[in-house]
Amino acid sequence: MITETQLVRFDSISLDSGVILAPVDVAYETYGQLNAEKTNAILILHAFTGDAHAAGEDKETGNPGWWDNMIGPGKGFDTHKYFVISSNVLSGCRGTSGPGSINPETGCPYAMSFPPVTVADMVRLQKMLIDHLGIQRLLAVSGGSMGAMQALQWAVAYPDAVAAAIPIAGTARHSPQQIAFNEVGRQAIMADPDWNEGNYYGKRPPARGLAVARMVGHITYMSDQSMREKFGRRLRDQNQFEVESYLRYRGSQFVDRFDANSYLYITKAMDYFDLTSDRTSLGAAFENVKSRFLVISFTSDWLYPSYQSLEVVRALRGRNCDVAYCELPTNYGHDAFLVNVAEQAELVRGFLASTLRGVAR
Amino acid sequence: MAQAFVPKLLGRSDYAIISELIEPNTRVLDLGCGEGELLDWLAQNKNVDARGVEISGQRAQQAIARGVSVFHSDLEDALADLPDQAFDYVILSQTLQETREPLKVLRDMLRVGRRAIVAFPNFAHWSVRLAHLFTGRAPKTKLFPHDWYNSPNIHFLTVDDFESLAAAEKWKVERRMFLQGPRKVAILPNLLAEVAVFLIRK
Repeated sequence: MITETQLVRFDSISLDSGVILAPVDVAYETYGQLNAEKTNAILILHAFTGDAHAAGEDKETGNPGWWDNMIGPGKGFDTHKYFVISSNVLSGCRGTSGPGSINPETGCPYAMSFPPVTVADMVRLQKMLIDHLGIQRLLAVSGGSMGAMQALQWAVAYPDAVAAAIPIAGTARHSPQQIAFNEVGRQAIMADPDWNEGNYYGKRPPARGLAVARMVGHITYMSDQSMREKFGRRLRDQNQFEVESYLRYRGSQFVDRFDANSYLYITKAMDYFDLTSDRTSLGAAFENVKSRFLVISFTSDWLYPSYQSLEVVRALRGRNCDVAYCELPTNYGHDAFLVNVAEQAELVRGFLASTLRGVAR
Repeated sequence: MAQAFVPKLLGRSDYAIISELIEPNTRVLDLGCGEGELLDWLAQNKNVDARGVEISGQRAQQAIARGVSVFHSDLEDALADLPDQAFDYVILSQTLQETREPLKVLRDMLRVGRRAIVAFPNFAHWSVRLAHLFTGRAPKTKLFPHDWYNSPNIHFLTVDDFESLAAAEKWKVERRMFLQGPRKVAILPNLLAEVAVFLIRK
């Protein structure tokens, strides 16, 4: 499956902050065919540092999509049956408008003058994309980690536009621990002199700070056991352990594809996301939801522990919503939703098939 | 004495009886639903809104992969989340004897559901009585095949025990059906029934 990222520009979007961002671009990809009734569309929601290229081989680079093991012919999100859409989030740096985009008023990158963005804003822009594609109701929305937050936001904000939501390894609100790790990443970036209050475009970017932020992130995505299995105490050379070499490599690789300011904006959006804010309880947030849910968590995920998924599941069950939940056994930690997908794919496949039967009925 | 064969459903006579008790187009919760075979059958054949609870992760996975909405959880915790009268039927099949607090479970089932369907192995079946009498050990029979130290069963009850509990709790028994193997039992259920199925409401 050869894929290509497309771009659509909208005149403007009005954000939670009250700011109107104009214009706004969205980068997206689609896989499979939309059926005549337009009932088989699934929106994939990427995690923190993902992008629109979720599946297939990129036409130019040949790189596989970040969820290529889940999306494609015969896979969990079966492109023989479903029309799959994936877009880059607002404030990202992979085609959708973000701090690195040019502000038409100044002709320069927005940098830190880009308006603050929330998860609800990201979802609002995705809704504009779905409307643009002529789809009234999605069969499903799904994603892991921050993608799970967006999936929940979709079900809450657009109850009539989502038949099913599949939030994986996610939460309805960040814990202080999650906020703390994000803050370490932000501070690493802002402590790098090259960050220069965000004004580094066209100059040397804060590569060292961003790499350190990514290294911290990678630690939180793995588990103690998966790190022991992968690296042990092996030495790469006299001066460094295998694990140090790995983290440095992942950090330096990340700098080539990610914008430090997007890192700041997106982590803030995640930290402020809270479905219970302005409401008495999480259950109250789900008062008007109409979709079914498949919630998945992983035993060794200590960044988004199962209790956070269970909190969502229990609130949904308290509303008598149709919700399936399973905690899958794995050693891969938070990364499990990306790398250990065989069982996850089976759950998704069965859940989508029964959702499609219900929609057709 | 024993009469009338019950046709099996998915290989089980108690499923056949339970499925008979359930009206089409209703909301059904199956506690301890295993791999969701019964719920899947009810969804496909009676158009019920089918939900399940299953404590085994592997079985819950199988059920979800089959398309049934199952909550991977302990059933006693799972009941607590649900609002009152959320279901038309709450099924507890062959699991009551394994629960920590059976009375609490039954009360919760009737809080969450308009009706409860409870199927359980009868500890007063003659084979159990004889095993106990003649071996002098914890009964080990076809119905209760485990050794005392590895049995999941922690509360043993009989048909008469359930009847008297229902009376004490003022539950209305709408249907009671008894099985010995694949046959319905018409008389002396406390002695002859291997499995009892009760349809009760408050």
